[in-house]
Amino acid sequence: MSTKFTLKDHFTEGRIVNDRLIFSVLFAGLLFAVVMVRLAVLQVVEHEHFDSLADRNRVDILPLGPQRGLIYDRNGIVLAENIPSFSLEITPENVPDMESTLTELGRLFAMPDLELEEIREQIKKQRRFRQFTFRQRLTEQEVALFSVNRHKLPGVDVVGRLIRHYPQGALFAHTVGYVGRINERDQKSIDLQDYKGTLQIGKTGIEKQYEDLLHGTVGLQKVETNVQGRIIRELENNPAISGKDLFLNLDVNLQRVAADALGEYNGAVVAIEPKTGAVLAMVSKPDYDPNLFVLGISTKDYGELRDSVEMPLFNRSLRGRYPPGSTLKPFVALAGLELGVVTEQTESFCPGWFKLPGQDHKYRCWKHSGHGHVDLKKSIAQSCDIYFYDLANALGIDRLHSFLDLFDFGQKTGIDLPSESKGLSPSREWKRATRNQAWYPGETVISGIGQGFNQTTPIQLAHATAVLAMRGVTVPPQVARATRSSGQSELELLNNESAETLPMESSRHWEAIIDSMVEVIHGTRGTARHIGKGLDFEIAGKTGTAQVFGIKQDEKYDAETLAKKLHDHALFIAFAPADAPEIVVAVVAENGGSGSRTAAPIARKVIDQYFGITPSE
Amino acid sequence: MNSYLIDHRNPQGWSLTKALATIHIDALLFMGLLILMSAGLMILYSAGDQSFSLMIRQLIRISAALFIMLIIANIHPDRMRDSSYWLYGAGLLLLVAVLAFGHEGKGAQRWLDLKLFRFQPSELMKLAVPILVAAYLAERPLAPTVMRLIVGMIMIIVPSLLIAKQPDLGTSLLIASSGLIVIFLSGISWRIIIGFIISCTSALPVLWYVMHDYQKQRVLTFLNPESDPLGSGYHIIQSKIAIGGGGLFGRGWLEGTQSHLAFLPERSTDFIFAVIAEEFGLFGVALLLGLYLLIAARGVYIASQAQTSFARLLAGSISLTFLVYVFVNVGMVTGLLPVVGVPLPLVSYGGTSMVTLLAGFGILMSIHTHRRMMTP
Repeated sequence: MSTKFTLKDHFTEGRIVNDRLIFSVLFAGLLFAVVMVRLAVLQVVEHEHFDSLADRNRVDILPLGPQRGLIYDRNGIVLAENIPSFSLEITPENVPDMESTLTELGRLFAMPDLELEEIREQIKKQRRFRQFTFRQRLTEQEVALFSVNRHKLPGVDVVGRLIRHYPQGALFAHTVGYVGRINERDQKSIDLQDYKGTLQIGKTGIEKQYEDLLHGTVGLQKVETNVQGRIIRELENNPAISGKDLFLNLDVNLQRVAADALGEYNGAVVAIEPKTGAVLAMVSKPDYDPNLFVLGISTKDYGELRDSVEMPLFNRSLRGRYPPGSTLKPFVALAGLELGVVTEQTESFCPGWFKLPGQDHKYRCWKHSGHGHVDLKKSIAQSCDIYFYDLANALGIDRLHSFLDLFDFGQKTGIDLPSESKGLSPSREWKRATRNQAWYPGETVISGIGQGFNQTTPIQLAHATAVLAMRGVTVPPQVARATRSSGQSELELLNNESAETLPMESSRHWEAIIDSMVEVIHGTRGTARHIGKGLDFEIAGKTGTAQVFGIKQDEKYDAETLAKKLHDHALFIAFAPADAPEIVVAVVAENGGSGSRTAAPIARKVIDQYFGITPSE
Repeated sequence: MNSYLIDHRNPQGWSLTKALATIHIDALLFMGLLILMSAGLMILYSAGDQSFSLMIRQLIRISAALFIMLIIANIHPDRMRDSSYWLYGAGLLLLVAVLAFGHEGKGAQRWLDLKLFRFQPSELMKLAVPILVAAYLAERPLAPTVMRLIVGMIMIIVPSLLIAKQPDLGTSLLIASSGLIVIFLSGISWRIIIGFIISCTSALPVLWYVMHDYQKQRVLTFLNPESDPLGSGYHIIQSKIAIGGGGLFGRGWLEGTQSHLAFLPERSTDFIFAVIAEEFGLFGVALLLGLYLLIAARGVYIASQAQTSFARLLAGSISLTFLVYVFVNVGMVTGLLPVVGVPLPLVSYGGTSMVTLLAGFGILMSIHTHRRMMTP
């Protein structure tokens, strides 16, 4: 190498480096320009997009469950209310030592180790700042017990919540029904958006029927949350709108009297105000405590209710299907008059039995010695079976069926309660369609006395009686009367469907039947004459005694029980006063033996209560 | 008296510039750094959830780093050149030591526990590499011969590989680029540069093969962050939301929802730029980037005014590497580059990079204030 190159030429070297520096600065400027463009794209062009993403990150919408509307009886007595229930809540992040806290709680509440272990596992699974419900429905003693020991249990609190409560207990279990936890099946039938923040939903009865009104409107709370989901602050609050209060036609006192009157019998009592269809009392026995279902019923309790042979969960007033027996007779008689098959004066001869022409089978009258000559009035008052065998045979099943249709036999009455049963009013067509069998004339004969295929529900019976009492004006029975919006004092009446009047040939026909039914109670030989005393008005009624069909003889039960199960059902329908009806009562006492002896006095007690009569015995 | 201290406009009077110059501090550069670090502290206050203790710790680090800067500024550049081999050799030994008995943190061996404090030899190499390469290339007239170029490249590659093995890809790339900048500034021919770029590109598949899984994952996530929104893509998605949400003027100081509700990870360290972008908007980040450019521009000016090739190359490398830092961090936070752990210089919370950066500025100041002025 030549010396020329070993000598350092500062000027040349400086220029080399400076040229490169200028290039580098230009290049750096280019890179920063790229960065600025990128930032401009993110912050200006796509700003809205990212801004909404940021909001979605931080804003959480929490539902605020509405307060459920209360349910009152017609006098303003509470049937369903919301009461505070205390539960013990653990906030894990505030608990310094979870082990000792759980041990202490377990000791205080005497909980088995297995249950504690389960709780320990559940606590581990959830967020540390979320409250965990350790125990529900604390009693006052338990709250006190906890309060005394609170200093030892940081991070554990007693929290009050509103839960549904039925102060009347079992009395309205079947009509008002109950609420329970929303299950998967419920979720399919509701708008889930409306039920965010709500744990319970009406499961049966009025609670289910008027769920939409009672539930209210969910409120929303917009909150800012951090990355763990903890609430930092509230941004917006649209409070929930409480559900509407519901005022029923039911009367607590009448309901209690009806339930007490039914006593130990299984069965149903229904009382209706015939003019309006207002259901005044609706009892089904046996019953159960609806409060058991509110916070989730235990498997054991539910199993006992479900599997009981008495079927306490079954609403007999709405779904129990009983042969109407002789209570059907006034309607059959009316059919005879209307269709011109008989007149009031037409007589039958009752020797104690009836034979179809050309057949040997004897259809017995309940009075084996026979009633002799009976006209319409006598046949109803004394409940002669022969008259109605004869009449039904003359009417034929199809005409009878069509006529009974007018009274909603075999059809839903349209009451405002869920899962009403249709009962059964047989016809030739029905038998062909369901059993693919021909109709036999003998079946028409026993239909005349409400036996055979006939099945009615107690509400149906009461409704049909109401139509009769109103001389053909038909109004669907209605349990709920009015609603009241939260914070208002005015009631809004619920619209009942407008009343219809049945087309009848002559109003005299109604009076003939009703006169006969008055005779049942006030006639010297009426089947229910023993309940007609001490009244300043007349009751019209009809007894019924229905043979029990198809009771399975459960071998597990002893002879005494078996025998009782085979007793006839006692039925009674009545309305009072006969000339201007204010109340209709239908009674079914299962295995009551006799409508006259068992069912009629029950109805009388209800009527006494309604009119404020003190029974004089 | 040092000729640099003569102020021609005001030969007799006192000025802050002159006072600072007596302790070898360049007033303009110092001012730029102070403004940047003050802004950084303010942002850190917001990013660190208004924690004073965090700020105080950062303030202590800044003070220590400024002290080191002052010491280095008072060392003559020639002494740096003279000790460059020793510095480099020591750094290399320490790197080997780290791989042998280093302290593990976050899955990487980067630390050497010296009882009193933890020491990251890779930080030392950030300065040792450009000093050595500049000293080596400046021994002979520029532009360097091919032979010297190869030696220079080896000087760069060895520590880079050792650091990449820790593994610390970010630092490794930054050290490599500081050395490569020296080589670029030394005036190697464009043909070699272009050839080098082409060969590097073709070496990418090999690089892919030797990369750690987590590094591969970062690259993959970089290419498509939405592919793993809760895993490795989470950082970049949340960071983009923060930046984009800031808009033109930002949500305001302490008002960033992404940062204050903790959606943005590592918001006081590597992702602090996203906090700035969210709270001060495009306007704020433009100001910040402008400040970085001004500081670097002062550095490049110092390089252009340097009196030896060594000083020129070193000053140029330090100034430009500073910009590379900024670009890599901002590029990463905005999703332009894959996520490599590079802090935003002088703003991110953390000590070691702060010390190294200010030491580098100490070198720049030393170069500028040790010039021999020709008397006019």
